Amino acid sequence: MGLKTPLYETHVAAGARLVDFGGWDMPVNYGSQIEEHHAVRRDAGMFDVSHMLSVDVTGARARDYLRHLLANDVAKLKESGKALYSCMLNERGGVLDDLIVYFINDEWFRVVVNAGTRDKDIAWLKSHAGAFGVDIKPRTDLAMIAVQGPNARAKAGTLIGEHAAAALALKHFSGRELGPYFIARTGYTGEDGWEIMLPVDAAAKFWADLKAAGVAQCGLGARDTLRLEAGMNLYGNDMDENVSPLESGLTWTVAFDPPERDFVGRAALETLRKNGIPRKLVGLVLEDRGVLRGHQKVVAPGIGEGELTSGTFSPTLERSIGFARVPAATGEQVQVDIRGKLLAARVVKYPFVRNGKALI
Amino acid sequence: MSSIPSDLKYLDSHEWARLESDGTVTVGISDHAQGSLGDLVFVEVPEVGKTLAKGGAAAVVESVKAASDVYSPISGEVIAANEALGASPELVNQDPYGAGWLFKVKPSNAGELEQLLDAPAYEKVVEAAH
Repeated sequence: MGLKTPLYETHVAAGARLVDFGGWDMPVNYGSQIEEHHAVRRDAGMFDVSHMLSVDVTGARARDYLRHLLANDVAKLKESGKALYSCMLNERGGVLDDLIVYFINDEWFRVVVNAGTRDKDIAWLKSHAGAFGVDIKPRTDLAMIAVQGPNARAKAGTLIGEHAAAALALKHFSGRELGPYFIARTGYTGEDGWEIMLPVDAAAKFWADLKAAGVAQCGLGARDTLRLEAGMNLYGNDMDENVSPLESGLTWTVAFDPPERDFVGRAALETLRKNGIPRKLVGLVLEDRGVLRGHQKVVAPGIGEGELTSGTFSPTLERSIGFARVPAATGEQVQVDIRGKLLAARVVKYPFVRNGKALI
Repeated sequence: MSSIPSDLKYLDSHEWARLESDGTVTVGISDHAQGSLGDLVFVEVPEVGKTLAKGGAAAVVESVKAASDVYSPISGEVIAANEALGASPELVNQDPYGAGWLFKVKPSNAGELEQLLDAPAYEKVVEAAH
């Protein structure tokens, strides 16, 4: 038996197919995964993401602490509520986790980490906290529901009463505490929407109200096809402790400036940059029929070999897409070994889909 | 509860076999199997003329989630494959015992059919999976 979110009984009652995800019993779908995917691209869908953990970092030196611990630079966060995506690295430059950090005020930041890494993350955060005198508080009292899709904010906005106007005014990649909710205009689907944190004991009613407001319940299956179309990395698949963000398509999230900022993993990344980065993460579209999957071998003729890190059938594009880690010199044409056959695939820029529209 | 027609034979790996009046055997996957796999997005059927062994991998069905091997319930030569699944793999979800059939075999040993599970025995396999 795995860990359960506050919405577990709700999922069971809805007839969800449950799977283990990072030690949690989570809904993979409630019927057709493809219909759930389309609901988010075309209208509004919701996901129980309560297995992810909010952690509050408080103290006078909270900002200094996060500038040391994160590869992206929280000095960029100047407006209250603004969010930043970052990797947290080990000394070898490997990715311990990827996370979102919200700047609430100079003495309070909120970090949202992945389910499968939460225990490891808390231990890591706490081990560095003493030197900066900050307090690390896991917010296990909060559930989290993501509502995503072109109509998601309008539909969810009808349920939050007096807070609706302020929530609808949130800018992209910003969050705000509003009554019992912390509402952020963020997500993992490539669509507009909110991620809503709320007290654990309010989650089941809020979920039911969203359903009544016409928001489709969606499982982790659709979440995975949506994030892959949106070109977003999945921790544990596309990067982990043994690979740097520079080889994971995440160079844009590493703030090397200012050069004097000494963040964990910086020295290792500098060495890697100096010696040449041997591999890169690329987007792939399969040109032949079939389905790309993680761990399939990629052949770059005359250059070398790589491996799929994620792959799926894209319901929006009706063809197979994926991410692969390949030699840095890889060009546009590669082959993928699918059950012993070498099939043609094309290297493309991602995201593959944004705001409901195909980009490839 | 998934549908388990009483006139078919089954493997415990969720394939069905139907003996046709001309002595050939049609093969597909069960309603329970398609429901477990979820929306199918790709089906690889065997080539006509290929020789299959009972219990050997014969086809591949891929859902959004994963690829799964389909095993042949019977030995023999493939005499037809359902080419409609190339464009419409969802037929397996919509009609697993009809339009969603996978391939037809000319059996080399029709007696093998007797070794397969009948509907009540297969139903026990499905119940045990829950």
